[in-house]
Amino acid sequence: MTANRLAESLLALSQQEELADLPKDYLLSESEDEGDNDGERKHQKLLEAISSLDGKNRRKLAERSEASLKVSEFNVSSEGSGEKLVLADLLEPVKTSSSLATVKKQLSRVKSKKTVELPLNKEEIERARTPLEQEIFNLLHKNKQPVTDPLLTPVEKASLRAMSLEEAKMRRAELQRARALQSYYEAKARREKKIKSKKYHKVVKKGKAKKALKEFEQLRKVNPAAALEELEKIEKARMMERMSLKHQNSGKWAKSKAIMAKYDLEARQAMQEQLSKNKELTQKLQVASESEEEEGGTEDVEELLVPDVVNEVQMNADGPNPWMLRSCTSDTKEAATQEDPEQLPELEAHGVSESEGEERPMAEEEILLREFEERRSLRKRSELSQDAEPAGSQETIDSGSQEVLSELRVLSQKLKENHQSRKQKASSEGTIPQVQREEPAPEEEEPLLLQRPERVQTLEELEELGKEECFQNKELPRPVLEEQQSERTPNNRPDAPKEKKKKEQMIDLQNLLTTQSPSVKSLAVPTIEELEDEEERNHRQMIKEAFAGDDVIRDFLKEKREAVEASKPKDVDLTLPGWGEWGGVGLKPSAKKRRRFLIKAPEGPPRKDKNLPNVIINEKRNIHAAAHQVQVLPYPFTHHWQFERTIQTPIGSTWNTQRAFQKLTTPKVVTKPGHIINPIKAEDVGYRSSSRSDLSVIQRNPKRITTRHKKQLKKCSVD
Amino acid sequence: METAPKPGKDVPPKKDKLQTKRKKPRRYWEEETVPTTAGASPGPPRNKKNRELRPQRPKNAHILKKSRISKKPQVPKKPREWKNPESQSGLSGAQDPFPGPAPVPVEVVQKFCRIDKSRKLLHSKAKTRSRLEVAEAEEEETSIKAARSELLLAEEPGFLEGEDGEDTAKICQADIVEAVDIASAAKHFDLNLRQFGPYRLNYSRTGRHLAFGGRRGHVAALDWVTKKLMCEINVMEAVRDIRFLHSEALLAVAQNRWLHIYDNQGIELHCIRRCDRVTRLEFLPFHFLLATASETGFLTYLDVSVGKIVAALNARAGRLDVMSQNPYNAVIHLGHSNGTVSLWSPAMKEPLAKILCHRGGVRAVAVDSTGTYMATSGLDHQLKIFDLRGTYQPLSTRTLPHGAGHLAFSQRGLLVAGMGDVVNIWAGQGKASPPSLEQPYLTHRLSGPVHGLQFCPFEDVLGVGHTGGITSMLVPGASEPNFDGLESNPYRSRKQRQEWEVKALLEKVPAELICLDPRALAEVDVISLEQGKKEQIERLGYDPQAKAPFQPKPKQKGRSSTASLVKRKRKVMDEEHRDKVRQSLQQQHHKEAKAKPTGARPSALDRFVR
Repeated sequence: MTANRLAESLLALSQQEELADLPKDYLLSESEDEGDNDGERKHQKLLEAISSLDGKNRRKLAERSEASLKVSEFNVSSEGSGEKLVLADLLEPVKTSSSLATVKKQLSRVKSKKTVELPLNKEEIERARTPLEQEIFNLLHKNKQPVTDPLLTPVEKASLRAMSLEEAKMRRAELQRARALQSYYEAKARREKKIKSKKYHKVVKKGKAKKALKEFEQLRKVNPAAALEELEKIEKARMMERMSLKHQNSGKWAKSKAIMAKYDLEARQAMQEQLSKNKELTQKLQVASESEEEEGGTEDVEELLVPDVVNEVQMNADGPNPWMLRSCTSDTKEAATQEDPEQLPELEAHGVSESEGEERPMAEEEILLREFEERRSLRKRSELSQDAEPAGSQETIDSGSQEVLSELRVLSQKLKENHQSRKQKASSEGTIPQVQREEPAPEEEEPLLLQRPERVQTLEELEELGKEECFQNKELPRPVLEEQQSERTPNNRPDAPKEKKKKEQMIDLQNLLTTQSPSVKSLAVPTIEELEDEEERNHRQMIKEAFAGDDVIRDFLKEKREAVEASKPKDVDLTLPGWGEWGGVGLKPSAKKRRRFLIKAPEGPPRKDKNLPNVIINEKRNIHAAAHQVQVLPYPFTHHWQFERTIQTPIGSTWNTQRAFQKLTTPKVVTKPGHIINPIKAEDVGYRSSSRSDLSVIQRNPKRITTRHKKQLKKCSVD
Repeated sequence: METAPKPGKDVPPKKDKLQTKRKKPRRYWEEETVPTTAGASPGPPRNKKNRELRPQRPKNAHILKKSRISKKPQVPKKPREWKNPESQSGLSGAQDPFPGPAPVPVEVVQKFCRIDKSRKLLHSKAKTRSRLEVAEAEEEETSIKAARSELLLAEEPGFLEGEDGEDTAKICQADIVEAVDIASAAKHFDLNLRQFGPYRLNYSRTGRHLAFGGRRGHVAALDWVTKKLMCEINVMEAVRDIRFLHSEALLAVAQNRWLHIYDNQGIELHCIRRCDRVTRLEFLPFHFLLATASETGFLTYLDVSVGKIVAALNARAGRLDVMSQNPYNAVIHLGHSNGTVSLWSPAMKEPLAKILCHRGGVRAVAVDSTGTYMATSGLDHQLKIFDLRGTYQPLSTRTLPHGAGHLAFSQRGLLVAGMGDVVNIWAGQGKASPPSLEQPYLTHRLSGPVHGLQFCPFEDVLGVGHTGGITSMLVPGASEPNFDGLESNPYRSRKQRQEWEVKALLEKVPAELICLDPRALAEVDVISLEQGKKEQIERLGYDPQAKAPFQPKPKQKGRSSTASLVKRKRKVMDEEHRDKVRQSLQQQHHKEAKAKPTGARPSALDRFVR
């Protein structure tokens, strides 16, 4: 009995899987034939998948390349465990009897001895004997899962074959990046959530609201259509606020304020403020006519940051509460009809805008999620077309399953179109990401990480297309993202300011040379030469003038750039390729290694012509002149500035009056020819033979008292 | 009028002491002399009497600018301490109504001060400080002396003023000639030389002699004041340019093929074949260098004192036919067809600087005598004046109806532009200001298109070479009224010229010292200094200038235990370490503050980029 059930469930699952990678087989009718029970479960799965988008109850799964399911009691999969699934494990009984264990060991030992393999053996394995085995084999075959050793599906093999090393690396880098982004975002969100300061949150909220408002204002100027959409979002936020009943004065804070209000003016004001807000929110707004389009419009890019709320609302809209649906739509209608900027501040309840740091990750996630939303709206529309009004709970479930089916149908149709159109690059660029996001596959917790299935699909496509080159494919995801980024954050690009600067410089230079200068009023206008050759020359000059153009400036800028580059100190790269790692053609040493062995040249002083666009100043040292300069600091000076001060006054006769020149150049010792120079006495130099002689010297020549003498004298007197 | 501090009175006592210390070297042979007599014969015996007796022509009321000959018995700068105040009253017993030295205006003194005090010096040792003080005192003294001798510059520049709002440009040469004295009127003349094509001309450094060369081979040199012809020849070859060398005795002529040098008799002395197809000549008087720009694109420096080619630089910009020199730093400016002006020195293979001036080619370049302004005109019909003091930005720009083909600055900063057959002259506010291009100061029409322009030094005369010959026109206020008789004396005799030649050769500046900022030569070569220090440290194995490690002084009463010594040591070490950390942190902050505005922050996601 149990075995039977197990088989049934397995079958069901296998069918579901089929649905998952449906584009291949495109068998919709089968699943439609399935009973209600099945549909219910599928719906459940879908709900799970969608609800798992919010990231709250998200489980981390190890990445697995092959298409597989989550671990469940009904399924055979080794997902997450990191082990390979061996068929033998499946075939084993749940409990191994201890008596058999020893025998088994022996057997395995014998097996490991590698006896001559018989061809019969293989066949034996291949063949299924028991009904359970048959079932399993059946399943495996259907899923194109490997039965024997290599454990690679044909698709995987194909993909292995199709991928080059470069591509694989890029792929991996991309994946890593996506994962890193996700983890950053998660970590950040967690961190921010943990902050307990109410003030902080208040400030953050306010800041966000302000920013959103500003952005909206800008958007309204630039792109009214987009602004309208934005307005809808804002209205939605207002709705949420309204529903939350936050501004009723029933909260803790409000109660406390009510008590305080008697005595405290501020509290009273705060309370009044709240009341007015409440009034504002609860005010009934004009209801306009509905249209289906609006619902699509309510999809909110920004709100996807808090997807649980959105999803909830969406679910409600789909599901059993038609009343809610109506109110929602009506609200949005109002928003669309009246563009009241005063309403805007209320959007603060939601994290409508993003902080700067998140912007990049957001951009990417947004794209993915937006796709998802689109799909959902599409689905809804189809649903609406099928059954006009939502019915009871049973029916809704039914419709849920149908929804899935219709969605898949749409999807497959699209894919088919794709195949037909064969415009590989153009079509796949748009649709492949869609396809990927399209799948509400319960296994996927995050559409962003759905890289593998996408990969497979694209590869399949490739195969179908007759194995065209895959380089286009390789480029696919990046351009989209880059476009998005550039759209979103034109200023955040690292090279943007540089470019701007350069442009500025260019403009400056242009201005410098092209500004209209006032012409000189001259009394005597030169007569035009009648001379033949002069005229010819003039003519030539005119031609020259005509051709004298911007290329002069461009050439100069280019020359300057080259000069700047040439004067920059060069880094020394000491990396040895292949040293300590794999070598070979086309393998570059890793960035880490390069970084480690790169000796960076010290950054020199800024160039003198840094801010002069029209000048190139040579920074080379004039070594010939340097040979004439002072190269050693003389004794009492410790800094070269000090010494420079003492030699700044010229002493030559060219710069001085005769008298000053003579005075500046008097020698320390002047000898007179013919005069007898007496030998130096010890006393003259300062040696004292006795205190008396010292005194005599001083007496004889009172003008020559040096400080030293004075010191000696003092000593003497002390003695 | 504000007066300079009288050295004797207001100078702080410390400086006084310094001055007394340096005042008068005592000689061993006058050891026993009474100090009062020492003042009578200061310094070494004067052997330069002849200089003081230099013949002064009657007209020569120009007195030397930087008078090295200060004949006027100078009033003693400071009252000598040893003199009795009573001794100031002369024999007659009358009191001096203006005791002490005459006051000197501060601005004038400031003009001669050369020490750059903008840089704050760090704390220096007492010995160093005293040296600095001595240097400053010396500077002050010499600048005061120079300022005092300014009085001897008696001549004033000429000027031209319109009657209440009259445009000076409307005044024609005939009017000027009528108004001035006969001697000056004789300076305006025309040489009608229609036969030998457009003329280039050059005045000698003293402004006394004029050489001109016609395109069709006519070369002549004359004393233009007396109109005495020195020589006149036809070289039977196209003459591109002509220039006097250091004196009027030598003449360089750029002929069709080679560069030739003639003496003042017209005798060919040299034919320099290494300078071929020269288009322009420039002579650097203090370096004795003849710079030649050739059609082949080479800029060649020829040392005329030894006859050697110092440098031949390839400008890599095609034909060179626009050249001028910066008289302040002897840098050669070349104009190119791509609108740039490049600055050259013989010491460097590459240009010192390149300035993009015009959108079309550059037609003419001129630099004023202070080296501050450069005027350029280009094929785009624009006339620009650039600031050469580091910024190289245009100060003023004008579009001329017919672009200027020739430009020249006068000694006092007037700018002349030759446009077709018209010359326009612009004047500035003063000597140090750029010419304002609003209104021309003077205009003159010639009988043919201009081919060469030069202001005559020390005379208010502009020489214009054109197809019709040579015109010498009067431009009041163009040149320096006072000349330095030792440097360039228009009235010198042959003997004096020979004297001067020897001295000038002795004072020849080496060619490799030409650089953009000549004041930089008076600075210490920091790079070599540091290199030397490093080498010394390597050689010795330690840094001799390094601070000795702290050694705590032993203390008494048992406080000098090893532990406390170590503790004290530790304390000092920690303090130093803290200082270091603080400094490095500060530096880091600075760096960050600097680095932040430039470039975007690196992202952690960069590592995923492939």
